[in-house]
Amino acid sequence: MTAASWIPGFLGRLEDDHIVVRHVDTALLAPAECVLLDVEDWGNTARVAAVFGCRWTAVWGDTADEHIIVRACLEYRGEYLVLTTRVPLNQPVLASHTPHYPGADRLERHLQDMFGIAFLDHPDGRRWTRHQAWPEGCYPLRNEMPAAGRSPGRTLVDSDYPFVRVLGSGVCEIPVGPVHAGIIEPGHFRFSAVGEDVLRLEERLGYVHKGIEKIAVGRDPAGLARLAARVSGDSTVAHGWAACMAMERAAGAEVPPRALALRAILSERERIANHLGDIGAICNDVGFSFAQMQFSRLREDWQRGNQVLFGHRLLMDRIVPGGVCRDLTQACRGLLQREVRNLSQELDGLLPLLDDRPSLEDRLAGTGILGLDIAKRLGVLGYVGKASGMDYDLRRDHRYAPYDRLQVASPCLAAGDVAARMQVRVDEIREALRLLEQLLEQLPDGPVHAAWPAAPAAGEGVGLVEGWRGEILSYIRLGPDGRVRRFFPRDPSWFSWPALERLIHGNIVADFPVCNKSVNGSYSGHDL
Amino acid sequence: MLRILDRIRRTGVVTEPAPQDSELETLGLEVRRHIDRRFHSSLAIRQVDAGSCNGCELEIHALNNPYYDIERFGVHFVASPRHADALLVTGPVSRHMETALRRTWLATPAPKFVIASGSCACDGGEFGVSYASCGAVENVIPVDVKIPGCPPSPLALLQGLLAAIRV
Repeated sequence: MTAASWIPGFLGRLEDDHIVVRHVDTALLAPAECVLLDVEDWGNTARVAAVFGCRWTAVWGDTADEHIIVRACLEYRGEYLVLTTRVPLNQPVLASHTPHYPGADRLERHLQDMFGIAFLDHPDGRRWTRHQAWPEGCYPLRNEMPAAGRSPGRTLVDSDYPFVRVLGSGVCEIPVGPVHAGIIEPGHFRFSAVGEDVLRLEERLGYVHKGIEKIAVGRDPAGLARLAARVSGDSTVAHGWAACMAMERAAGAEVPPRALALRAILSERERIANHLGDIGAICNDVGFSFAQMQFSRLREDWQRGNQVLFGHRLLMDRIVPGGVCRDLTQACRGLLQREVRNLSQELDGLLPLLDDRPSLEDRLAGTGILGLDIAKRLGVLGYVGKASGMDYDLRRDHRYAPYDRLQVASPCLAAGDVAARMQVRVDEIREALRLLEQLLEQLPDGPVHAAWPAAPAAGEGVGLVEGWRGEILSYIRLGPDGRVRRFFPRDPSWFSWPALERLIHGNIVADFPVCNKSVNGSYSGHDL
Repeated sequence: MLRILDRIRRTGVVTEPAPQDSELETLGLEVRRHIDRRFHSSLAIRQVDAGSCNGCELEIHALNNPYYDIERFGVHFVASPRHADALLVTGPVSRHMETALRRTWLATPAPKFVIASGSCACDGGEFGVSYASCGAVENVIPVDVKIPGCPPSPLALLQGLLAAIRV
């Protein structure tokens, strides 16, 4: 069942708007199509795409000679289109996509800080990723900037960032972070509140910016895979898979079917582990510690299973370019099957206890509502999107291997509140358990790793994977020596962080932790 | 309510010295002995993520699950450095967190000690030193004990903790 591609129709619309498509390339970033546009048409193309109904999913830059190549990715009905333009270095100005796609805001500001592109008509020109580690006018991802940087002295605190002030009688500001009270990542939240009610939340992220995109340059594929596995530790499988997929497409490497199936098993295990932990933590944030203890016990059991079956509690570095580093023995297969059945039974016993607690429902239902309209405009992904009516799951709608052989069911709810986000996680665990059983039943025989092409040609590739937080996009360009020239991983958190700013409106400050946990954006995956 | 109690009863105490956890028990008891003697039965730890990928945080979290239940050995995580005896620092120190980490360290009352947890915190790990990263924690504040691993498992964390309070 393949619907006719929407791309010719879309290109026709561009033509109607007098937008010149310079070049169409279906092979370069396959399965995504790639079109080359003039700089002047960049903004208008986004306008046409927004009217057409495309979802905007990423923008990233790359350097070439005297240009910065900017690429933006659109999706519609599971098909991807990459818009490309060449911005001259001596005049790095480009129209912003943010007026048409509010979700583009921070990715464009990231591009502005890292490449020095000025975005016209951008509603918010403040810096985003840059704090004080490098000066204004210095752009880390340009070729002339060394990875070691130029200012080895102490880095000052970014104290003069211009937060938006909310004025009025009775409004007080509550600054939180970057060092938080719990065992979590650093970031700054600025609440403006009247009494208990949050009028406005402004996030300031970028504290864990580690220069991932810059230090990726020059790595070999194995080294890049290790780095990608550490973009966000909780999504190590998903980011590792997306990056390897991109490299394999760039180098034309084949991955054996058994390795693909094992990657999916790893990915579903990661999904289950994270959802288990989060369901417990959401309950704990409203004082229901029974669930926290039970679900953290299940998570620990599951992680110990990871250790026995695959040799790492978080499944780090299991996915390598060309396949996976470890096969599943016949004995382990039986163990995995028992684990799946065991967890199903545990959930059968536990979940009714959660459904049956009016005090839990009272705190979770109606809290932190994200409406479909805002979710759509921001392009929110994964469980946050699914809980607000965004019915998109790459495994079902883009059907990459091995999910092309499976029927994937994806939950979609309308309420958009914390309870809905928790319910989506429950449904996703159930579905992942079912998928694990199917993957095990149909596990192909054969090798789990293919040799990397000895002399791969230079190439580019995009990897697209449904991680536990939603769609992950990974772009990689390999040089003629087979080493990485550019790496850009786009975590779903880029869109869930702005969603958190919206959904907290009208809630009380004390409900922020549970709202935050229900969204659970990655700081590391976002800050890069 | 009765069903919850019934569930708790049927789950039992998973913290019991299960065979595979005997190492945990031995380790834990030794930690407990040192804490009782040197810290009057209570060691307060402030965890600081100075730039980690959040893998280390997941495993530190696990210390509080019912299997490890680290509080029974007298170790607890506190919300402020002012309440802490020790800092448990993860990640390479990103330059954007450099001052925040230094200030957190200054806010911790002496005597204090610092544990660098995870490969990145020990030697910069996969990220090293760059325009955005200061690398190892000891490049920014003095470190007393290092716990390697990517990430260190809960047992390794407990072992490292023991090494730290023995010093």
